[in-house]
Amino acid sequence: MFLINCPFCGEREQSEFKAGGEAHIVRPKQPTELSDDQWAEYLFMRKNIKGIQFERWNHIHGCRKWFNMVRDTSNDEIKAVYKMGEKPPVK
Amino acid sequence: MTKNLRVKSSKLVDETYRISFKFNGTTYYGFKGDTLASALLANNIHLVGRSFKYHRPRGIMTAGSEEPNAIVQLHNGTSRTEPNVRATEIEIYEGLDASSQNCWPSVKFDIGGINNFLSPLLPAGFYYKTFMWPASFWEKYEYFIRKSAGLGKSPDVPDPDIYEHKYIHCDVLVIGAGISGIIAAKTAAKNGFKTLLVEEKSYLGGSTIYQDSEFFKINNQNSASWLEKEINEIKKIENLEIKTRTSVAAFHGYNFLLARENLTDHLPLEQRENKTRQRLLKIRAKKVITATGSIERPLIFDNNDRPGILLSSAIKKYADLFGVACGERNILFTNNDNAYETAMSLIQKGIKVQAIIDNREEIDSKLIKETEKNNIKIYKGYTIVDTFGYKRINSVSIMKLSKDGQKVIGSKENISCDSLGVSGGWTPAVHLFTQSGGKLKFRDDDQVFIPNTYPSNQISIGSCNGDFTLDEILINGPKLLKEFLKIKKTEYENIEIYSAFNKSKRNIWLLPSNKIVGKTKSFVDFQNDATAKDIKLALREGFRSIEHVKRYTTTGMGTDQGKLGNIHALGIISETASSKMGELGTTTFRPPYTPLTFGTIVGRNVGKYFDIIRKTPIHKWHVENKAEFENVGQWKRAWYYPQNGENMHEAVQRESKAARDSAGILDASTLGKIDIQGTDASEFLNRVYTNAWSKLEIGKCRYGLMLNEDGMVYDDGVTTRLDENHYIMTTTTGGAATVLGKLEDYLQTEWPELDVYLTSVTDHYATISVCGPNSKKIIQKVIPEIDLSDKDFPHMSFKNSKIGKVKCRIMRISFTGEQSYEINIQANYAKSVWENCMEAGKEFNITPYGTETMHLLRAEKGFIIAGQDTDATMTPIDLQMDWIVSKKKFDFIGKRSLYRSDTIREDRKQLVGLITDNPEEILEEGAQIVADMNKTPIEMLGHVTSSYFSPNLKKSIALGVVKGGKNMMGQKLIIPMEKKQINVTVTDPVFLDKENKRLNA
Repeated sequence: MFLINCPFCGEREQSEFKAGGEAHIVRPKQPTELSDDQWAEYLFMRKNIKGIQFERWNHIHGCRKWFNMVRDTSNDEIKAVYKMGEKPPVK
Repeated sequence: MTKNLRVKSSKLVDETYRISFKFNGTTYYGFKGDTLASALLANNIHLVGRSFKYHRPRGIMTAGSEEPNAIVQLHNGTSRTEPNVRATEIEIYEGLDASSQNCWPSVKFDIGGINNFLSPLLPAGFYYKTFMWPASFWEKYEYFIRKSAGLGKSPDVPDPDIYEHKYIHCDVLVIGAGISGIIAAKTAAKNGFKTLLVEEKSYLGGSTIYQDSEFFKINNQNSASWLEKEINEIKKIENLEIKTRTSVAAFHGYNFLLARENLTDHLPLEQRENKTRQRLLKIRAKKVITATGSIERPLIFDNNDRPGILLSSAIKKYADLFGVACGERNILFTNNDNAYETAMSLIQKGIKVQAIIDNREEIDSKLIKETEKNNIKIYKGYTIVDTFGYKRINSVSIMKLSKDGQKVIGSKENISCDSLGVSGGWTPAVHLFTQSGGKLKFRDDDQVFIPNTYPSNQISIGSCNGDFTLDEILINGPKLLKEFLKIKKTEYENIEIYSAFNKSKRNIWLLPSNKIVGKTKSFVDFQNDATAKDIKLALREGFRSIEHVKRYTTTGMGTDQGKLGNIHALGIISETASSKMGELGTTTFRPPYTPLTFGTIVGRNVGKYFDIIRKTPIHKWHVENKAEFENVGQWKRAWYYPQNGENMHEAVQRESKAARDSAGILDASTLGKIDIQGTDASEFLNRVYTNAWSKLEIGKCRYGLMLNEDGMVYDDGVTTRLDENHYIMTTTTGGAATVLGKLEDYLQTEWPELDVYLTSVTDHYATISVCGPNSKKIIQKVIPEIDLSDKDFPHMSFKNSKIGKVKCRIMRISFTGEQSYEINIQANYAKSVWENCMEAGKEFNITPYGTETMHLLRAEKGFIIAGQDTDATMTPIDLQMDWIVSKKKFDFIGKRSLYRSDTIREDRKQLVGLITDNPEEILEEGAQIVADMNKTPIEMLGHVTSSYFSPNLKKSIALGVVKGGKNMMGQKLIIPMEKKQINVTVTDPVFLDKENKRLNA
């Protein structure tokens, strides 16, 4: 079970958090102008990487804030956490 | 038969404290400190069970948690009976009653033993190969397989014991209190680390604590005496907590570990009442030191499983620690020096060693020379080729090994015995290390897997790290500790060690025999009866991956998870397939390390504590008025209020009729309520609901439908504009938390620029809904000062008011289709307001109704319940609710998905009404809907989602989803049931008051 360093609260048990899927997928500003395929790309397509992955997490049983996490899915090492809207601190 | 094989007072047992216990119905005696295994052995009992597949007689084989054979059923009354308990771990207590498993009628005469003679017919993969044809016979096969499978019996009444969970946070966790664990715990604690030391056994010191001989010395003292002083010292250290009888079950990522602490299993039954039996420790450690030791390897030769055959180290332990001889004429069989340690211990205690059979040809350690001095015949370069004795070993056949160890040469010699100790060297107990994500490497020198890379802040020390000898342990251990704990020095810098042990070993995975492999029974997995022959067969049949061979032969799949023999299985595979051990890898070690009871896993979360129960502030009234309750998520909701022995149908019919004829009252407090404030609140609602919100006047309510981004209906509810920048949203009872979560998600991640604040107020307000033609009169009596005229207070509007001095919000909204008012009031006043309403409504026969009647009333009106009439595949268009989807709004969640190629299909499942030809016939919810019974396969068009008998319409009504249902109005369809077909007609989903006359009345 991870120890997650919430950017607002500090280090907490994983059981306080909820994973929210891939990070940095921006909701299209003009959905009506997208083709079915383009919309499907936004709506359904997600990466499933073995290695460095950018994820959204929510401190649901804490401050209820959403934030981003960089995690190596091959060994579960958390490389970084950062607030929504911030640039990832690692590549 | 009942001999006393107790040899000498020993360290662990208290011979002044006699304990009686039962095994297979006979009473025996042991001493305080004995395990069931040591007490049985002291009574000369080896035969304790039958093997899983061939029902071969099996005896105690080890002295620890790795035991494959001696697993018994404990009978502590019907509710405390426990299967699969290892006799080598359970400490005896007054009244212990144990019996053998997997045998019938008894362990001494077991009918299933016939499988042993049928074994040529039961090869690896027997079940897969045999029970495949014909497929229709499977049910018959299954009956007999289930009867013969399974080891113990589970209790069939609730567990009366108490279990609990406890969180522990520490700087350093040390797993295992052998010599390595003791020095690690002492070093960590003395350097200021808050340390926890856990040990699965009842005592500290591991195998060194009974190593009381001249051959092993530390600082010129016997190693046992030296360690005893260390143990006495660590018991006094304040920041060191020691937990015995505590077994680490799982080592997860980020140094999170689960351990089971056994608190009462060793106590007499009458002392256990009202005590916690077992505790699950959830440990988060900054650093973990694994010192789990190693497990002695058996040797793999023909008939290596007879009762009386034990690990050599177990024989030594029974003699040294428990003062028990495993036999009176022992033979030891080894490929390394360990058996000589056992021999010297036995000699010291006056137990006879007949002979030692050693695979090695040239050997000359001090230990061996000393052993030879005692007139023990040592057969160098020999192997056992067979053993004899059905329920107890009585002799062995030996032959000389060829130079390359591949075959046997010369003539056979028989030696008689009553016990055989085998030693194949040691396997580091790396189970926990690999569970944590650690990677192993194979050390070719002595053929062991040892830790290589660590995934978290942890180390392994001692024999679980491949340091087997006393000098390796005491030199490498402290060195590793210094680096790991970042300290300058330890107390063990200039320690003097003397060890007579020589490390040489002659490793042969499968010992050769004078018979061909196919004719031998050389067991690799004792519990699951997997032999070397089975593994070779699996390889011949094309299995290559170790994981596949494991499953095909069931090697390592017993409750002991192959702690003894998995390594030999790997060895045999690697030799047969000519692949390298290191490249072959190992099977996955999965938690738990030893089995856990269900009680430990669930802890206190049983019965009414299994989940949170939420009650409305009016709950007590419902209980007092005999309501039946229904679980809605975690909520207890009044379901119906039976009167005078009514059943549910009768109660619901009465409640529904009363609500339409005069007045009904419903506790709607469980509805989710979200307070929305901020200058962008209107814009926010515009984006999350399908309809338009900007023009909603203050004091007005509006129904909204919320979609997922994929266009599917997610939740619905009425939202009221309380002020310019202030709304209150209601959600479904079950959706409250997820709706709030979803809205927060969009606010925080997609639209952070919006000035909107969301607060859950579900528990803060109670909601009382009064409906029916007389509802207005009742509310007027409860709140005399409010103007309820239709002109001033029409349907879908809201007013602030007061009941006495207490502020409340009154909404005129309806989920029943009747004129209806909802009083929202601070929760702690709710019960008294409810009682006011009941009092005021008395003259109008106000009738409390529950969720069932609520469902019926809304179905009459064709209102959907999100989650019952919808699943995650229904769009608002599918629900025939096009009217609620704004065409003008630029965007809202899910909008773009409403015209994807799939969502615009005409033949999607659409919500319709269903009327049965026979008005008395009530459809079953979930029943399939078809059009043509003659077509094969019959095409399923949809299913019934809601169905009731309407007392107001005096007929059966139902809602359902049907492919292309929108264009099927008036069409006949069929509901096929088990014994009949029900004919229905497709209708509009609104059955009652299409013109909304009742709402606005």
